[in-house]
Amino acid sequence: MDNDLRELYQDVILDHGKSPRNFHAMANATNNALGHNPLCGDKIDLFLSIDKNNVIQDISFQGAGCAISMASASMMTEMLKGKTTDHAVKLFHAVHNMFTSSETDIKDCSVSEDDMDRLTALSGVKEFPIRVKCATLAWHTLDSALNNKKS
Amino acid sequence: MFDYKKDFPILNQKIVYLDTAASAQKPLAVIDAMSDFIKHDYANIHRGIYDLSQRASDRYESARETVKKFINARNTDEVIFTHGGTESANLVAYSYGREFLREGDEVVITELEHHANIVPWQVLRKEKGIKLSVVPIDADGSIPIEKFKTAISDKTKIVSFAHVSNVLGTILPVKEITALAHAVGAVAVVDACQSVQHLPIDVQNTDADFLFFSGHKLYGPTGIGVLYVKRALLEKMPPYQTGGGMISSVSFDETLYAEAPLRFEAGTPPIIEAIGLQAAMNYVKNIGLDKIAAHEHSILKYADEKLSLIPGLKILSNAGKKSAIVSFVIENIHSHDAGTILNNYGVAVRAGHHCAQPLMDSLGVSSTVRASFGLYSAMEDVDALAAGIYEAKKIFGN
Repeated sequence: MDNDLRELYQDVILDHGKSPRNFHAMANATNNALGHNPLCGDKIDLFLSIDKNNVIQDISFQGAGCAISMASASMMTEMLKGKTTDHAVKLFHAVHNMFTSSETDIKDCSVSEDDMDRLTALSGVKEFPIRVKCATLAWHTLDSALNNKKS
Repeated sequence: MFDYKKDFPILNQKIVYLDTAASAQKPLAVIDAMSDFIKHDYANIHRGIYDLSQRASDRYESARETVKKFINARNTDEVIFTHGGTESANLVAYSYGREFLREGDEVVITELEHHANIVPWQVLRKEKGIKLSVVPIDADGSIPIEKFKTAISDKTKIVSFAHVSNVLGTILPVKEITALAHAVGAVAVVDACQSVQHLPIDVQNTDADFLFFSGHKLYGPTGIGVLYVKRALLEKMPPYQTGGGMISSVSFDETLYAEAPLRFEAGTPPIIEAIGLQAAMNYVKNIGLDKIAAHEHSILKYADEKLSLIPGLKILSNAGKKSAIVSFVIENIHSHDAGTILNNYGVAVRAGHHCAQPLMDSLGVSSTVRASFGLYSAMEDVDALAAGIYEAKKIFGN
């Protein structure tokens, strides 16, 4: 196996892909969005419970897809629980930049060391341009969910 | 020894190409034919009064003659050149279907269909209030003829089906299904996109009313397709697109359309591509479709045997009669992850829904890995595929 493939399928990705965290529906969600990649059929149904101070009290998802899309969604939920929506938006832009530009610099959105490790693990997908969409699906779904309050 | 890999320049590089069902690679004979035509004989056709245009027109029409013979049509003017399989399917629906279908009429398709043989009918369903009936598959991916008998009724006006499934390789009995359609006065439309490169096509023997395929899956170029239409139907069909080339006279008051097939070839047609398709058909004919089919069958048999030995791998294409496609899923490994890992070992497969989402739903999967074979495929290709799958299993720890 070459290094790029090893970078892509790190243990942490495989672990999250196989046993995604926060993988369930949420009855009392305030925000929800369904992300779908029609090219490959990956689907992510994302739920958020956001309080009046704009803090994400709870976040979960359901769906089906490849190891990369599931791991990305799973790690995203871990990174956002207890964080403000402002932080979520910043992180979304940082991740988006990480995947779409050659820059890997994400330090200006004040991420914790743990989060940095998670994002670094995901960044392996950059060597596989056709798979970048798998990694970003959860994050685009987050962007819609933040703008999609349940009535 | 059946070995034609050397005829395909692209296969000189280190690649195990198992995506022929998506598009076949091109032999040098096709590349040279197109290149020589451009260098020596190219001009627009049916327009110029100069020699070069006449030469190009003759070559283009000789390509039509080659297609006629290849599918054993009765008349050359039953062969329409389109820009691809999808356009051919659209032409049938939007010219014949739109003209002759009435509210309450039924169009019968199968669960195996490619989106190109589903969506145009749905458009007509919305537009005209027709009914779309779908013949279901059995668990092994086959469709017993009895199921067609059940689905086809007096209301059926069109039966449109894939000769070979692009996902499962299932071969449907064209002659029998066509006879069932004719028995109720319906017409039969055959999607031959996945069969024309593997099986002999004989439109007179099967009595199909429409038959279509694309050039690029038959070792020819992209940008060209064929639609065969029985002459009696062709004469009744209105134009599908309008413009230059398809008219006999135009004034601002009235336009008279040209006779078929030119009536259905508006604008400058894919001239160079027709020359390429002709070369591809000659190439295939010189080797012999029966020999190609036998070779591909042995590869397919080997692949089925070899892959079925891999723990956790489930082959979905199990019809008794099937063509050079093996579709499978691997336990705990998504098809895209499998595809990425196989690619890393130089093995090109298709992973996804293969433009057949309703079939995926029926099979209870969101996607499959599909390995498809062509005349250049070899046993070593299957070995490389199997080795890559074992690597994927190693990475995913199962």
